[in-house]
Amino acid sequence: MKPAAFDYIRAKSAAHASALLAEDENGRIIAGGQTLMPMLAMRLARPSRLIDVARISELSYIRDEKDKISIGATTRQVMVEKSTLIAKRLPLLHKAIEWVGHPPTRARGTVGGSLANSDPAAEISLVAATLGATLRYVDETGENSISTDEYFIGPMITALPATACLAGADFPVWSEKRVGTGFEEVNARSSDFAFVSAAAQAALDADDKCARIALGIGGLGDFPVRVDIDAAKDQIEKESAVREAIAEAIADIEPLADLHATAEYRQRVAVTLAYRAVRNAVREAKELAYAN
Amino acid sequence: MSAAPRKFRYISSDRRVLEDRRFVVGKGNFVADIVRPNMKHVALVFSPHPAARIVKVDGSEALKMPGVQYVLAGDELAAAIQPMPNGMPTPEVKRYPLAVGQARYVGEWIAAVVADTRALAEDAAEKVKVEYEPLPFVVDGKEAFKKDAPPVHPAHGSNILLDKTFVWGDVEGDFAASPRKISFSQKWGRSSTVPIETFGVIAEWDAWREVLDVWASIQMPKYADQIAGSMRLPMNAVRVHQDVDVGGSYGVKRGIKQTVLVCYLAKKLNMPVRLIEDRLDNMRGGDAHGPERNFDVEIAFDDSGIIRSMKMEALDNVGAYAGRSPFQLGKPIGAIVGPYKIKSVQYRAIAVTSNKTVQEAVRAFGQSPTNYTIERALDEVAWALNLDRLEVRRRNFIQPHEFPYLIPSGTTYDSGDYPGLVNKVAKHADLDAVYAERDRLRAEGLLAGVGFASCLEPSGGNSAFEPLLNRQNKTTTWMDSCRIAVDALGTITATMHTTSAGQGHETLVATVVGEALEIAPEKIRVSRAHTLDVMPSNSPVGSRMAIMLGGAAFHAANKLKHKMMTIAAHDLGVSLDDLVWNEGTVSGKKNPDQKLTWNDIVLIAHRHYYRMPEDMEPGLTTQHVMQVPNGGKLPTDDDRIQMYPCFSFEFHVVLMSIDPDIGKPEFRRYVIGHDCGTVINPKIVHGMTMGGIAHGIGAALLEEFAYDDQGQLLTQSFMDYLLPSAHEVPKIEAVHQVTPSPLTVFGQKGSGESGYLGAPAAISSAINDALRPLGIKMNSLPLKITKLGDAIAAARAKEAKQ
Amino acid sequence: MRTELKINGKSHVVDVEPRKSLLDCLREDLRLVGAHAGCEHGVCGACTVIVDGTPVRSCLMLAVQAEGSEVVTIEGIAPAPGELSILQDAFCETHGMQCGFCTPGMILAAHALLRDNQEPTREEIVEAISGNICRCTGYDQIIEAVALAARRMRGRNAPDQVSA
Ligand code: FES
Ligand code: FES
Repeated sequence: MKPAAFDYIRAKSAAHASALLAEDENGRIIAGGQTLMPMLAMRLARPSRLIDVARISELSYIRDEKDKISIGATTRQVMVEKSTLIAKRLPLLHKAIEWVGHPPTRARGTVGGSLANSDPAAEISLVAATLGATLRYVDETGENSISTDEYFIGPMITALPATACLAGADFPVWSEKRVGTGFEEVNARSSDFAFVSAAAQAALDADDKCARIALGIGGLGDFPVRVDIDAAKDQIEKESAVREAIAEAIADIEPLADLHATAEYRQRVAVTLAYRAVRNAVREAKELAYAN
Repeated sequence: MSAAPRKFRYISSDRRVLEDRRFVVGKGNFVADIVRPNMKHVALVFSPHPAARIVKVDGSEALKMPGVQYVLAGDELAAAIQPMPNGMPTPEVKRYPLAVGQARYVGEWIAAVVADTRALAEDAAEKVKVEYEPLPFVVDGKEAFKKDAPPVHPAHGSNILLDKTFVWGDVEGDFAASPRKISFSQKWGRSSTVPIETFGVIAEWDAWREVLDVWASIQMPKYADQIAGSMRLPMNAVRVHQDVDVGGSYGVKRGIKQTVLVCYLAKKLNMPVRLIEDRLDNMRGGDAHGPERNFDVEIAFDDSGIIRSMKMEALDNVGAYAGRSPFQLGKPIGAIVGPYKIKSVQYRAIAVTSNKTVQEAVRAFGQSPTNYTIERALDEVAWALNLDRLEVRRRNFIQPHEFPYLIPSGTTYDSGDYPGLVNKVAKHADLDAVYAERDRLRAEGLLAGVGFASCLEPSGGNSAFEPLLNRQNKTTTWMDSCRIAVDALGTITATMHTTSAGQGHETLVATVVGEALEIAPEKIRVSRAHTLDVMPSNSPVGSRMAIMLGGAAFHAANKLKHKMMTIAAHDLGVSLDDLVWNEGTVSGKKNPDQKLTWNDIVLIAHRHYYRMPEDMEPGLTTQHVMQVPNGGKLPTDDDRIQMYPCFSFEFHVVLMSIDPDIGKPEFRRYVIGHDCGTVINPKIVHGMTMGGIAHGIGAALLEEFAYDDQGQLLTQSFMDYLLPSAHEVPKIEAVHQVTPSPLTVFGQKGSGESGYLGAPAAISSAINDALRPLGIKMNSLPLKITKLGDAIAAARAKEAKQ
Repeated sequence: MRTELKINGKSHVVDVEPRKSLLDCLREDLRLVGAHAGCEHGVCGACTVIVDGTPVRSCLMLAVQAEGSEVVTIEGIAPAPGELSILQDAFCETHGMQCGFCTPGMILAAHALLRDNQEPTREEIVEAISGNICRCTGYDQIIEAVALAARRMRGRNAPDQVSA
């Protein structure tokens, strides 16, 4: 299980990486390598050249920008896991990150790598989709951005231009005072990719009314999706109403079916997990009644 | 028979394992660590088809690639070697390291490329062009058994390697006389032991000395014999280096096809050649899958839950070649009634070929699937009568005073106290509290169940199943050996004559020799001889080493002691009976001043021949070849046989819950009671038991070599074939009991397969208990989350409709 | 490709193909064979080494990517030939292994845990070794070893303890 031969070059910046990609259409970016390396070893990926962005220090950061948290593409997942800023301001990502692989893979794996590979069940992608993150990238036209709604287009396929190097992701931070989050996933072993997963973020007003709800589901279809359950916003604590809204919202998604789980399983359990994620998010928001 | 444990000096004491020091610093001697000068590397070309005629193998492009030494296809190899031994009287089921004429499963090795590095070999392997003509295929075992199924080996005529019905006792009479009968079917899924180290082998041919050196991560009886046979070499031209540390095996490290392939290449190219399987080679083409068995069972019993008779049919899907698989249906005959007094048994054993990867020997050699089925029968009887499942087991247990106990299939169990251990575990676990916890979980809205398994571990491995299933085979010798040498400076070296895969054999030998000689085991060096320096041995299979290597070491040490005392008696001019041995010093019973120290005797034996008894060999070297206790007889004409000599016992209590919306099972409590007679090293026995349970958890819940209906293997990597991590194995509470075996030197029995014998049965029992309120039962392993989730959802939907 | 690696405190210059994993480079070019190849696709953890202070899978890293990083392998853990670290000794004390194949990776994973956490709970130990598959032991004696080492390390540092 040895990769086919390739050249290797270290990019000095995102723009440099993009220029190198433009030079060679079979070039491919490597950052942490936690997804790409197994594909190389099994010769499922056969780049002519690997462009290493892992050392581009200007792409490794976690920044508080008031209404959003910006995370650089080469930021290691472990840095997100340990970040008090993320824990405080982006609790949904904080909750999700410990479901990503296990400690040694989080030590190398990067936030951008996970987003770029876009596994249908990847947790970071799910949080990005749920919160409606914006992804920034650099290509020959300069700095650009794309919303997650447009970015995810298929299993392991994104709308990122062929010569683009991902630079970072901006996760919106909600301004409401009482924000709770819930993250649920089912997998065979805790470090494996999820069969299905769900992420929810809820904001309550002072009267415990749901002011805002965001829900995302991963692993169900070709890519993680944000699902709209605003229909149930006024009955957010009513299980049947929430379940109904979820079922309706995902009715059009073609569920994946594979060795690990049937389509029926994914469809059925997606509703349960999504409901639980919402319930937990609301519960958590409620507990914050007097926090601020 | 439950005698009080004997007092020992080193045996049973909680001492360190001597092997461990080298492993914690990364200084094991694994096969992939060994480098030979100018060594070349092999990569493999494998079949993408479940069945296909091989029209042409063209290696010409590959040969032009950089660093490539050779491309070998099946025809050339087959012409140069003997086919690999088959075991069964099925001469047309021929097996070679590389497919000849026809590919029979996805992943089968078609050609081998030798190059300067593995990466270059893989580059070139991609360039080997193979032309195939796809053929009809069959993947399901029951389908393969049908008359019109495409035969995997057309020359053999059908897929049936074995179809034999055994009847022991008056089965029909007992069925007719029983007021109650039940039947059920269930399936043991295809999994295996999957060691973290794949199989690897290096061969090097010395044309001037005419010696073939082999280093391999092997755990197999008669390895050197088989190499010599296949390579048509005299056996004294094959030197297998048994000091290679094997990175886990639990039965499967039997890479004879890999070895013959590499030996041929090494000899042909006159270069050291190595093949270290990568994980994909290993999973799809390493021929190391485990049993895949359909059971159909009928049980006859009475109103009090006493089982009178059992009919069991086991159909094993062995994969494309015979391998060891048919015999894995044979071994369970030696414990076909488990720990229960079932008077008569009908057993139909069927082995069929299919277009799947070949099976190899797996931990417990077929006994775990059988135990899974026997224990299911006990649960079914209890449920049918609305009796407590443990009570039904108690009523059927062989009682302690009934040993030695002869079971219908002709094997005598040595000793046991099944109710004793069950009671101990029940008390430790506090069964009332376990049930209360189950009910509390149920009240919370979860599904929850308690599972039991009371299982035997036949030990002291023998090959009695071979003559039983293949009457042409009359092998009944199944020995193991030890040699002990005291050198001229008085230090002790013991040799064992097989490889070791983590079972702590060096510690075993040192402990036993130390015990016999009253010398600290840490002072004894144990070495693993290569096969030109070897005594007859059969390697660690069938939980035999504590009994067999332990026994051989004990007898060799006693011979040494006897020799030293004889020298002392002669030198001191007293009779042997008047002397005592005390930590190596020999002194007069009456006159303790009359004595010779260890070093005195060593001096005499090595340097002072004039002081030796007449005709005694100088030096201090003794050896012992031990035959399996109770072994050695051929089967009777009515198919009865003493299978293994000793029977360990284990009892599992498991509490599990299942989130009904998700299907994910969770352990809430796991208690095991274990009795393997006298324990030689408690750390080793504990570890094997815990590891066996973890392996059983994998087989029960996670692991499967799954195929689609196109014959493609879906679980070729560790991303899809799921081994339990530390998260998936719960904290396990262990309860011990010691019921010594009367057949062994210290009362020890085997424990190498413990835990695995009962864990799958217990987990299945717990899950079926949890599902009872829904009126469903699961009839197959592994019980993957989504399978459970879908079954629960279907049952609930049905319930909602009613 | 010429690559300078810092392994166990020493600098080495190797000439490797870019496609070579750090694992293969350690094993083949530097003959540090304590890191083992179990799967070569990032699941088993047998290849674990410590890179810049954190345990990582050396099969999921190219050797050329390790340039400039501090790599610690199992060969760098024992204080002197024949002398074990507290953690290694604890693995021997509890018999936290059988075949020894996963052991170097396990020890490095646990080593990193104990550096950051002197009083790990069972759950924390489980999490720290959860990326390392052991097929032999069922983990019980491994977890016990790590807990024992933690106790001993705390004991060693406690002021009221006289070290032997
Ligand atoms: S060899 Fe690297 S994780 Fe298995
Ligand atoms: S000790 Fe054998 S795999 Fe862990």
